[in-house]
Amino acid sequence: MKRYLVLEDGTVFAGTAFGANVEKFGEVVFTTGMTGYQEAITDQSYAKQILVFTNPLIGNYGVNVDDNESIDPQCNGVVCQEVARVASNWRMRDTLGHFLEEKGIPGISGVDTRKLTKILREEGSMKGCLVDSDNKEEALKRISEHDYSGFLAPVVSTTKPYPNPGPKRNVVLIDYGVKHSILRELSARGCNTIVLPYTAKAEDVLRHHPDGVMLSNGPGDPSTMTEAAKMVAEVEKQVPVFGICMGHQILALANGAKTFKMKFGHRGFNHPVRELATGRIMFTSQNHGYAIDPQSIDPAKIEVTHEEINDGVIEGIQLKQYPAFSVQFHPDAAPGPLDAVDLFDKFMKLIDEGKESKQNA
Amino acid sequence: MPKRTDIHKIMVIGSGPIIIGQAAEFDYSGTQACLALREEGYEVVLVNSNPATIMTDNEIADKVYIEPLTVGSLSRIIRQEYPDAILPTLGGQTGLNMAIALHKSGLLDELGIELLGTKLDAIDQAEDRERFKELMQKLGEPVPPSRTVHDVEDAVDFANEIGYPVIVRPAFTMGGTGGGMCANEAELRAITANGLDLSPATECLIEKSIAGFKEIEYEVMRDSADNAMVVCSMENFDPVGIHTGDSIVFSPTQTLSDREYQMLRNCSLKLIRALGIEGGCNVQLALDPNSYQYYVIEVNPRVSRSSALASKATGYPIAKLAAKIAVGLTLDEIKNPVTKKTFAEFEPALDYVVAKIPRWPFDKFVKADRHLGTQMKATGEVMALGRNAEEALQKAVNSLEIDEKDLYCTDLADKSKAEVDDKLAQAQDDRLFYIAEAFRRGYSLEDVHELTKINFYFLDIVKHIVEMEDEIKAHPKDVETLRTAKYYGYADMTIAKLWQVSEEEVRQFRKGAGLLPVYKMVDTCAAEFASSTPYFYSTYGQENESHKSGKKSVIVLGSGPIRIGQGVEFDYATVHSVKALQRMGYEAIVINSNPETVSTDFSISDKLYFEPLTLEKVLDVIDVEQPIGVIVQFGGQTAINLAEGLEEHGVKILGTTVDDINRAEDRELFDEIIKELHLRQPIGKTAMNHDEVIKYADELGYPVLVRPSYVLGGRAMEIVYNEKELEDYLKDNPPATNGHPILVDTYLEGLEGEVDAICDGQHVLMPGIMQHIERAGVHSGDSMAVYPPQHFTEEVKQQIVDVTEKLAVALKCVGIMNVQFIVRGGEVYIIEVNPRASRTVPFLSKVTGIEMAQVATRCIMGESLPEQGYTQVLQPESKAIHVKAPVFSFTKLANVDSLLGPEMKSTGEVMGSDHTFSKALYKAFEGTGIHLPNNGSVLLTIENKDKEAILPLAERFSKIGYRLFATAGTSQFLQEHGLHVVTVAKIGEKDSEELPILDAIKQGDVDVTINTMGHDLSSNSDGFIIRETAIMHNVPVLTSLDTVDALLTSLENRSFATEAL
Repeated sequence: MKRYLVLEDGTVFAGTAFGANVEKFGEVVFTTGMTGYQEAITDQSYAKQILVFTNPLIGNYGVNVDDNESIDPQCNGVVCQEVARVASNWRMRDTLGHFLEEKGIPGISGVDTRKLTKILREEGSMKGCLVDSDNKEEALKRISEHDYSGFLAPVVSTTKPYPNPGPKRNVVLIDYGVKHSILRELSARGCNTIVLPYTAKAEDVLRHHPDGVMLSNGPGDPSTMTEAAKMVAEVEKQVPVFGICMGHQILALANGAKTFKMKFGHRGFNHPVRELATGRIMFTSQNHGYAIDPQSIDPAKIEVTHEEINDGVIEGIQLKQYPAFSVQFHPDAAPGPLDAVDLFDKFMKLIDEGKESKQNA
Repeated sequence: MPKRTDIHKIMVIGSGPIIIGQAAEFDYSGTQACLALREEGYEVVLVNSNPATIMTDNEIADKVYIEPLTVGSLSRIIRQEYPDAILPTLGGQTGLNMAIALHKSGLLDELGIELLGTKLDAIDQAEDRERFKELMQKLGEPVPPSRTVHDVEDAVDFANEIGYPVIVRPAFTMGGTGGGMCANEAELRAITANGLDLSPATECLIEKSIAGFKEIEYEVMRDSADNAMVVCSMENFDPVGIHTGDSIVFSPTQTLSDREYQMLRNCSLKLIRALGIEGGCNVQLALDPNSYQYYVIEVNPRVSRSSALASKATGYPIAKLAAKIAVGLTLDEIKNPVTKKTFAEFEPALDYVVAKIPRWPFDKFVKADRHLGTQMKATGEVMALGRNAEEALQKAVNSLEIDEKDLYCTDLADKSKAEVDDKLAQAQDDRLFYIAEAFRRGYSLEDVHELTKINFYFLDIVKHIVEMEDEIKAHPKDVETLRTAKYYGYADMTIAKLWQVSEEEVRQFRKGAGLLPVYKMVDTCAAEFASSTPYFYSTYGQENESHKSGKKSVIVLGSGPIRIGQGVEFDYATVHSVKALQRMGYEAIVINSNPETVSTDFSISDKLYFEPLTLEKVLDVIDVEQPIGVIVQFGGQTAINLAEGLEEHGVKILGTTVDDINRAEDRELFDEIIKELHLRQPIGKTAMNHDEVIKYADELGYPVLVRPSYVLGGRAMEIVYNEKELEDYLKDNPPATNGHPILVDTYLEGLEGEVDAICDGQHVLMPGIMQHIERAGVHSGDSMAVYPPQHFTEEVKQQIVDVTEKLAVALKCVGIMNVQFIVRGGEVYIIEVNPRASRTVPFLSKVTGIEMAQVATRCIMGESLPEQGYTQVLQPESKAIHVKAPVFSFTKLANVDSLLGPEMKSTGEVMGSDHTFSKALYKAFEGTGIHLPNNGSVLLTIENKDKEAILPLAERFSKIGYRLFATAGTSQFLQEHGLHVVTVAKIGEKDSEELPILDAIKQGDVDVTINTMGHDLSSNSDGFIIRETAIMHNVPVLTSLDTVDALLTSLENRSFATEAL
């Protein structure tokens, strides 16, 4: 079956449909990762986006039950050059096509994704849609009428608190669209985690007597997260805070900084990031369309700790006054390299130090 | 960290002659490294014994020494040059071994010379099996359990410890023969006993079998600041069990989930950090297809064949950066030379699929054991890029230049099921074609997987291609079918076969339907950043990224995969042609399919198209580039073979025209020219059928030289001495196969020589004349050669000049050509003319100082020789004497006869230069690894007809203090002439009191073997067994008495005269 990817600038790519048989709209973004399509598709940070894989061939190893990053992925479409006819891997439980079908996500193959990537690189991320008809005018009209709210936390966040029990430190995690990999890393470190909805206020958080607070990743425009920023501004004074991606941006917003929308973002996992204190460079898994505006940083409050070595984008900060830090990239990887996974250990250390000083106080 | 300022002069050690397992990739890496060091302002001293390389060009290093890679010769150079440091990790295993030997000799410490890059201890730790195991244990990284054993019981004990199945690998056997997989004790006992017997060291390695595991490779880099990264990941189509150099390889990994990928990436980075490698390193891993269990197979602490492949697959120049890291620069301060925007600290992202297929020499060595295992047998490889796996694989197959031009090979249809199954289960070079055949017969993925253990995903790539055959057949001239076929990489040629029309018809139909390829850029970053790399591949997509520039352009065709007869020499000539074009202001565009070489380094040409060298792909590029013409003279027979088709399509072939190329190559036409010019040539006839061959041979009188027309490297060329031998020959080489007749020539024995001449159509330039050491009968590529000639009179030289000049002008040669001749009785006979650059061009260019391919290119582009300043035909001879000697790879291949003949067998060459002929000879022998003691012993095993000839040679050996060993007949003959000879027993001679001949070789009683026994070519002949035994035990074998004479000349020069008064 034919399917079309239409961009807001009028570019139309014809291809073959796979996955769910539905029409969807969204911001069209590309990722350069060469593995990990399953993790990317199920990453809630891609909610409402149409995801383009620059790796020309996906689906090779199917879909398994271990590598999902959410239960109900909210990604609005998958665009690729080619889907493998036969997938093969010992953990495989499903094919990519069938998985997308079940999750209601449309896919299109046979697209010159390199051409598409170059358009997105030059013109910036664009709105677009996956439709079954090549009626361009109609598609463009629908694209322009579609609602692209940047406030996506309600779409992906849990509505009720739930526990992820463990024997050690008490962590409250605020779900802005949390990837399971963050939960996995906390579990691996024995954390007794309680996950709260994005609406959690400071008192909701503190009521659980957390040793540390984790701010998750998530989709959308960080500037819409004013309530969350207010919460963090309170909580950071009391317990160690660790933010990832959206969580990172919220920590910055809570401390007076601003964010801006990047031209086409960082999505992939070959982005080298320098830890400024040591000069150490790590390859990081990234998925962000917004970043912290360096001009907006108050040096009395925020110290930049990490930057991307090529474009200098702020990739990590810490607070001057409080034990709180955050990174723009995903130390939890999945997909991508685990070069920075020790940041979770750093968080544990902060928690332990905090507990100690409380005991000594 | 900024680069080091405490060192100024750096010595780079090259990899020496090309052998199987160590080939052109080190010319590429060495060249890159030298240029990178010079770019940083260091003075570079290069040592390499291989003249046929770009790396040994004057402009690559400040000083170039083409000298044997031995401790002695390197020490002399070091004491002369006093380098501050040596960079040994870019010259393959040879470079590393030399560095280790130099270190052990104490010289480096004595002079305070530092080894750059990876430290010796790290190298040792990576290469010493036991130390490596220890390190892995410390790191908690698993290696397959293994043990070296010297008897069967030990093997059985160990297998009981680790469990079956196990693999037995005998040490140092030819081509790794004698080993095998054992499922139980009985098999283990039998195979180990046999393996120990075959192994010269009576040693076998018993290893836990991980056959069937996925074989994964990572190319990793690390700098002195401990920044480490993965440049490229690769996955072998063939599971563990076949050497990675003999495996079909895809990049990036195709069947690993991110978890598996990251697990192995972490392991690779952990290893490179633990070893403290500064530069590039290759990690080979085996992953269980059914669990997370993996093993580290091997770490190569240097750049390698895989790193060359990874560089071409990603665009990321590993060797260049390894050199910069070695002088202290770090990855985060070096700009990525591809994007020029990002830093070198960047893991490339690919947006295409890469397929590599090895190129094996079994078209030459038809009797060789073609089974693939742990010993690499391929001489070269091809790479292809596509936007899907089918496309990449099909393009790679099209690039191979073997009899099978594509996967659709119908001649397997008559093979029995047993044959097909055996070919699937016991991998040989042609397994891919049998996999296709199996699917054609309806085998399921499961069936084929069961036999091959190849992953379903990979198998389905082939299955998909085969399924499309029916689809294409069923829809002749259907645009949509064609579109799909092209999208999945079907060549026009294959579609033509399926549609039963001509390739030209498909091309016209395709173009008429608007189905044209587009060209995509290789940019390391999957288009995330703007880039302007001039490196492209074709695909059937929507956007073309390669556009004609405003400049006048010329396309230079490369020579494809390296194989016997067409080696790195042709890449050398290609690169030089490109340089000349650029200097003349043209845009030089290269098309080639070989990932190992300098010509496919995108920084060499103005534009590189990584494409199969097929008519379709070349014409497609021409359609886009609209060059003023194409140069075919430098890409070996590969490029020459494309000339006619290109011209038929209206493409201008620059230089010698297609008609004139044809006049040189077509026997009848060439004979006419010889007659017109009143030149001499051995009488020859062209036979169209079996009876004619026999008749002509009778007329000419035996021995005769027979060969099919249009051949390279003397393929299927033989000297036959009687009708029976001729009948045997014709059985293997039926006349008029592929429309090519059989040539029958009188076999003239005499001094052989050759020249490479440049001609602008009117004037001729001959930089020099080369004399072959071996008389006619040994292929010119396997002969030693000397410049200037040592045994040609002035009168003969003048004849050679006259003959060559006449031929060049008569053939209307514009560019370069090669003439081979025999001198007999003071007369020059022409044997053949090749209307293209030959394999001697780099050698002759280097020894005469005339960049021949560049001068020829200028002629091709219309600049006459006088305009270039050449007014004299034969240039003055140099004072120094230069000897070129062939190098062979016999130890890598079983069942290949080392007896030299008209069919070429060598894989590489070395050069020895000095002020006297004997010293130059000595160095040449040293370069090839023939190092003889002052007082040694020689085994003489010769045919009856050579008895008279051996006498003076035996006397000379005796005179310099060598002991003579021979079998009864020869021994008696020599003793009759007053020589002392140790008699050894013939093979199979029972109850003899003499030492059996093979034991004499095995025990190390002889230092060199001379063996001319070979006219009965069956591989069972005693001569063959003697030669093979000697090669296996590292005893040099000489099969031509002329080589022996040369060797004696070099030995005598070292020796004092001892004569009684």
